Amino acid sequence: MERTFRALVIGGSAGSFPLVTRILHEIPKNFPMPVLLCLHRLKHVRHGFVEALSIKSNIPVVEPEDKEPIKAGKAYLAPSNYHMYVELGNHFALSTDEMVKFSRPSIDLTFETASYAYRDRMVGIMLSGANTDGADGMYKAHKRGAYTIVQNPEEASVKTMPEGCLKLFTPDEVLNLDQIIKFIKELSV
Amino acid sequence: MIQDVEIKELRNIITVVKDMYNYDFGEYAISSFKRRIIRIFEIFKFNTVDELLVKIKTDKVFVEEFVKEVTVNTTEMFRDPTFWRKLRDDILPILSSNTNIRIWHAACSSGEEVYSMAILLKEMGLYEKAIITASDINEDVIKTAKTGIYPARNMDLNQSNYERYGGKYKLDDYYKDAKDGNVQFDSKLISNVTFKRFDLVLGAPFSKFDIILCRNVMIYFNLELQDKVVAKFSESLFKNAFFAVGQKETIAWCKAAKSYSTYSIEEKIYRKVLE
Repeated sequence: MERTFRALVIGGSAGSFPLVTRILHEIPKNFPMPVLLCLHRLKHVRHGFVEALSIKSNIPVVEPEDKEPIKAGKAYLAPSNYHMYVELGNHFALSTDEMVKFSRPSIDLTFETASYAYRDRMVGIMLSGANTDGADGMYKAHKRGAYTIVQNPEEASVKTMPEGCLKLFTPDEVLNLDQIIKFIKELSV
Repeated sequence: MIQDVEIKELRNIITVVKDMYNYDFGEYAISSFKRRIIRIFEIFKFNTVDELLVKIKTDKVFVEEFVKEVTVNTTEMFRDPTFWRKLRDDILPILSSNTNIRIWHAACSSGEEVYSMAILLKEMGLYEKAIITASDINEDVIKTAKTGIYPARNMDLNQSNYERYGGKYKLDDYYKDAKDGNVQFDSKLISNVTFKRFDLVLGAPFSKFDIILCRNVMIYFNLELQDKVVAKFSESLFKNAFFAVGQKETIAWCKAAKSYSTYSIEEKIYRKVLE
C-alpha cells in the first residue's frame, strides 16, 4: 500500500473477542502505528479484558486514561462505561456522556473522532457484532477518506455490524479474518 | 440534519457565549465539546450554526438550557462501587476522629453522588459530622439535586451499584414513589448539604475541605484547563486532604500534580501533601 497510515481503528462486539485476540497475536512487534480497539463490553466488568487480550498479544494492550498521548506500537482498548475519543493533538479524551445506540463505549464515536483527526491516514476495520453501532462512524470515516475494511458477513459469527456497514456504503474491502491479518501485517512493512 | 461542525464555527459559538453570558468553554476538550454541540443541534432542531447563534444572542433562557446540555450530566448513584468502598473502608476512618468532615462535590450535576455520599455517611454513623457543599455550573440540575426526584427506571442500575458497594440496607429504604414514574429520596439525606452555583472555570476558591470529589468532570476540559482547576482544588484542600477524580482520569499531566501524592491508583484518589 502506497499510503502511510497513522492509526488502525477496530470496532466489534459479540463474537469479536477471538478475532481481536488473533489479530493481536499475529500483529508485528513494533507495529508502526497505534491500534485503537472499541469493543462492546460488560459495563461492570472493569478487569480481565485487557489482561485476556494481553496474554497472546505481540504489542502492549492498555486502557487509556483521559488525555493520554497516543503512541505507535500500542493497542488501546476503550475502557468500560466510557466513550473513547481521539482528540486533536494526538491524545485521547474520554467521556461519560449519553450512550449511543445503547452503547458506551460507542464504536460510532471512536470512528467519528478518529477519522476527524486522522482523515485518510486511518484504517478502519469493522468486525463481527450484534447491533449497528459502528456503521455510521465507519461511513463517516469512509467519507473522510479513511481506508475501510469490513469483515465478510458470511464469516462473521454475528453479522449485524458488518452488514450494517455494507448497507450504508461500499468499503474499500470486504475480507475474511485471514485476509484482514495479512493486510495488517503488510501495514508494517 | 447537520453532519459536522467546523472548529472555526465552534470557536464562534464559544466567543458569543463568553462575551454575552460569561461562560467560558474556550478550554474544553474539543472532540467532546463538538459532540455536545451536534447533540444540541439534534435536540433543538437547529439546521445551521447561524440559527444556533441567533438563538443564543436573543434568548437568555435558552442559554441556560444550552449550558446544561453542553455540560455532561449523565451520572449514577454509587458509580464504580469499589470507589465508594474505598471511601468507606479506608478514607473516612482516617477522618472519623475529626470534629467535622468537610466534603465538596464539585460539579454535582443532578446530585446522585451527593445522595450516595449521604447514604454512605449515614450508614457509617458519620453524617452528623459532615458539612457538605455540592456545586454545579447549572441551576437547573441543582434544582433536581435539591428535590431528590429521579426517574424510577434509573433505580435498577442504582440499586445494583449499591448492592455491589455493599450497602447495609436496600436502596429503596431511602426513597419513596413519587408521581409521573419518579421516585423521591428522603430530604433528611441533604440536611447537611449546602447547594451552590459555582463555575469551576471562572470561580475562585471559597473554602477548604477534607474531601473533594470531582469525578468525570475534568475529562471535558483540555490539559491547560485541567491544570488550572486542579490548582484551584489544591487551594481548597487542607493538608493531607483527599481529592478524587474518575476511574480513568489522572492528574499526572498537570503541573499542580506535584502538590499531591497518589493515595489509591486504582480508584484515582489523591492526597494533598504540599501546601
